[in-house]
Amino acid sequence: MEGRANRGASSLPIIEMRNLTFTYAGVGKPSIQGADIVVEPGEFVVLTGPSGCGKTTVCRCLNGLIPNFYSGEITGTVKVANLDVTRTSTMELARHVGFVFQNPENQLFSLSVERDVAFGPENLGLPRDEIRRRVDWALEATGISHLRDMAPYELSGGQQQRAAIAAVLAMKPRLIVLDEPTSFLDPRSAQEILDVISQLNKELKITVFLVEHRLDAVSRHADRVIVMDKGRVVLDGRPFNVYGEEAWLIGIGVPKVTMLFHLLRKDGVSLESVPITVEDATEELRRKLTS
Amino acid sequence: MIEVENLCFTYPNGKDVLHDVYLKVQDSEFIAVMGENGAGKTTLIRHFNGLLKPTTGRVLVDGIDTKKSSVASLARIVGLVFQNPDHQLFCETVKDEVAFSLKNFGYPEEIVERRVRGILETLDLTSYIDSSPFMLSGGERKRVALASVLVWNPKHVVLDEPTIGQDYQQKDRLRNFILQLNTQGKTVIVVTHDVEFIAECKPRVVVLSRGRIVGDGPAVDILTDESLVNKASLVRPQIAKLMSSLSDTGLPANVIDLFTARTVLATELKRA
Repeated sequence: MEGRANRGASSLPIIEMRNLTFTYAGVGKPSIQGADIVVEPGEFVVLTGPSGCGKTTVCRCLNGLIPNFYSGEITGTVKVANLDVTRTSTMELARHVGFVFQNPENQLFSLSVERDVAFGPENLGLPRDEIRRRVDWALEATGISHLRDMAPYELSGGQQQRAAIAAVLAMKPRLIVLDEPTSFLDPRSAQEILDVISQLNKELKITVFLVEHRLDAVSRHADRVIVMDKGRVVLDGRPFNVYGEEAWLIGIGVPKVTMLFHLLRKDGVSLESVPITVEDATEELRRKLTS
Repeated sequence: MIEVENLCFTYPNGKDVLHDVYLKVQDSEFIAVMGENGAGKTTLIRHFNGLLKPTTGRVLVDGIDTKKSSVASLARIVGLVFQNPDHQLFCETVKDEVAFSLKNFGYPEEIVERRVRGILETLDLTSYIDSSPFMLSGGERKRVALASVLVWNPKHVVLDEPTIGQDYQQKDRLRNFILQLNTQGKTVIVVTHDVEFIAECKPRVVVLSRGRIVGDGPAVDILTDESLVNKASLVRPQIAKLMSSLSDTGLPANVIDLFTARTVLATELKRA
């Protein structure tokens, strides 16, 4: 991306969380315990784990809501784009990290999509031409140029979520953090949103850090999956390495085809791969069935 | 029984949402209403407890025309759990929230106490009994909203997107819980996009698209029908896609759930 001040720093990790422990004020036990999460620029990382495992707390650490809005006891370090989040204003962080939440309604507030997308760059005090360029580009990248004059409430859920992503994209962040961005969407719109995110990752090299329970649709896009349980990072690796017996015991929703292969192995069927997609599973089963 | 006859609904702003919907839900049936964002699913189920009244046509709940009845009296028979728990929750503690309706219905204190504890236990919420609902996670708040409706034991239970924000284990629990309600004789109507969830529950599926019913049948027939699924902006469940692409090897194509796929494949592969 052009015009980034800290281009020279791009080889450093974009997220560097070291031995982080956080306990919310008034809560007995820590929500995150000794977590190490390191993400390199350009990666597509999925963070998953059962309810209450600390996923949301991790997100709040990445955008500085912890410790700026949620008080508590914090030890360890969190750096995002090489900035210490405990010492950086939310506004400064917003130049580097974009956030997209579950419900786009909570994120869109203007009377037109264009106004919503322009809001961030306007707050950066950018010149008019630059704002216009960024808005056009962000709408184009998310495939909603034709909706620019619509009010967010006139849009479908999928279109709203695209608008929320466009609003974040207009800030030209190096990293986008998404907290279950497809859970309100019908399956087709969800797939389309994941495709848009994947495209931003592949073509614009924007790092993606996505929190998700439902791994069926997202796994094909992920370079890495991190699993948390009870505040700790328990698994971290390529999807096919992570989706083993342990992930299953923790109770994460590994894709159905992955689960099917585990069950068939338990039944004594010998299978080589750990498929992540229906296509991979079909291929191996077809070979076995026709040999 | 819930009978929907030639239901058309237009919002006051002129937006046409439902067109000529005809649907009959028998007592103790379990059905899923599926379809794209904006298809009219939520609008449809809001007719079941009289929150919305038909523009034309009629809705009968146990023979009562919803136009001639109040939400307050219909609510005793039809429990509706909203998609967004924040539209429903307002008390300071989980306990008060769940006890609210029973107190309103005039139940004695000890019955309220017992029922509240029972439902919180069932939904894995006991440890939050004195917490504020607004301190809980999204998934937990959804379960509180569910508890606050189920506690008064309505005959028909309508759940709008119950799986959103629930992790895999909670979904498994929810599935067992729904099946349990259903075996107790309750009608369960679930509005959802979650094809993987429905593939494991296998209820009757009604597909709504652009305000019209475009499909109605057993989950296994509906979720393997690629053109129907596409029309309603759904996708086929992973197992359905897998089994359909393997069907040329002689395996059955109409399989949508993990258990059946496992049985079929294990038998076939061990024979080979």
